[in-house]
Amino acid sequence: MQVTLGPLSAIPEGEGRTFAVAGQRLAVFRGRDGAVFATQAECPHRQGPLADGLLGNGTLICPLHSLKFDLKTGKALNGDCSLQTYPLEVSAAGQLLVELA
Amino acid sequence: MGGEYVDERDARFINDRVHANIQKDATFSVIPQIPGGVTSVAQLRRIADVAEKYNVPLVKLTGGQRIDLVGIPREELPQVWRDLDMPSGFAYAKRYRTCKSCIGTDYCRYGLGDSMGLATVIEARFQGLETPGKLKLATAGCPRNCSEAMVKDLGAVAVEGGKWEVYVGGAAGAHVRKGDLLCTVDTHEQVLLIAGRFIQYYRENAKYLERTYGFVERMGVEKVRAVVVNDSEGIAERLDQALQSSVDAYRDPWLEAVTPATPNQFASHLPIVQ
Repeated sequence: MQVTLGPLSAIPEGEGRTFAVAGQRLAVFRGRDGAVFATQAECPHRQGPLADGLLGNGTLICPLHSLKFDLKTGKALNGDCSLQTYPLEVSAAGQLLVELA
Repeated sequence: MGGEYVDERDARFINDRVHANIQKDATFSVIPQIPGGVTSVAQLRRIADVAEKYNVPLVKLTGGQRIDLVGIPREELPQVWRDLDMPSGFAYAKRYRTCKSCIGTDYCRYGLGDSMGLATVIEARFQGLETPGKLKLATAGCPRNCSEAMVKDLGAVAVEGGKWEVYVGGAAGAHVRKGDLLCTVDTHEQVLLIAGRFIQYYRENAKYLERTYGFVERMGVEKVRAVVVNDSEGIAERLDQALQSSVDAYRDPWLEAVTPATPNQFASHLPIVQ
């Protein structure tokens, strides 16, 4: 199921925002290099708000305890947990389109 | 220095994006500025009114002599700041944090120097200054040191003869260290000058996240004293000017309650626009 989240401009460059979609919460990120990612909203470690993390080069650092994730694969880079990721693209009209299972 | 840099908001930790300290449940704490820990009936009443209006779950006195409203949802931050109508206390950032003080000469029978007055002018001058690590200060009206000025990043202790001893590199957190005596001066103005010059020297030479206890130990207090007090490198005037330009660039970040800096800065989640 593809869902339109809204305009890319809702997210500042280099940051993330949390979206509530069909009963679930997603963290959506907009890299300075143009790459966009969607993952589960909360860190699997202690439920930190991932959208508030520090983003760089497709890597995200959770704001609560600094767990690091590769946003493409969802894999933790300094732990043994991983994130659910969702295919995300930007339409020609600048809308964020996410593919939910 | 001052405003001469590009501020990439995404490079900031979340605390510095929303000007509040993130808690384990993703709510935030709000600590307004209370210089020297000196408040008033009107201020206490306003803080109490805000705590009641927003059903603040926890009201806590901090170690820095301020009042913490804990458990504020991010959406409510701008309205809470507006209702408080007080400037940010910066209790969330790698910046100048606070300056504790004891009662000093106003009422204390042991007071040798006006520690409350000094803490107030210190806060007015250094508020909001970005630094490599956080800066916690204190002023003590006598060497009994009730405000713990000797274990602060920067402390001023009043001694006999109307003088102030300036200590740097103290700590009493995860690391405990008594500050080193940098110099002894005669007036509040001289404390401000030496403190400002030390802070600027620290800003320019410390590593990111290096607290003053690490910085002073790494440089050696003799070296710090030579540069900051005796101007051994001839840079004192430049340091003073650089600090002044940062002081002049101060702006209360809680004004972003009125004009947010980024899209959806205070939204906990975004609605879906179909």
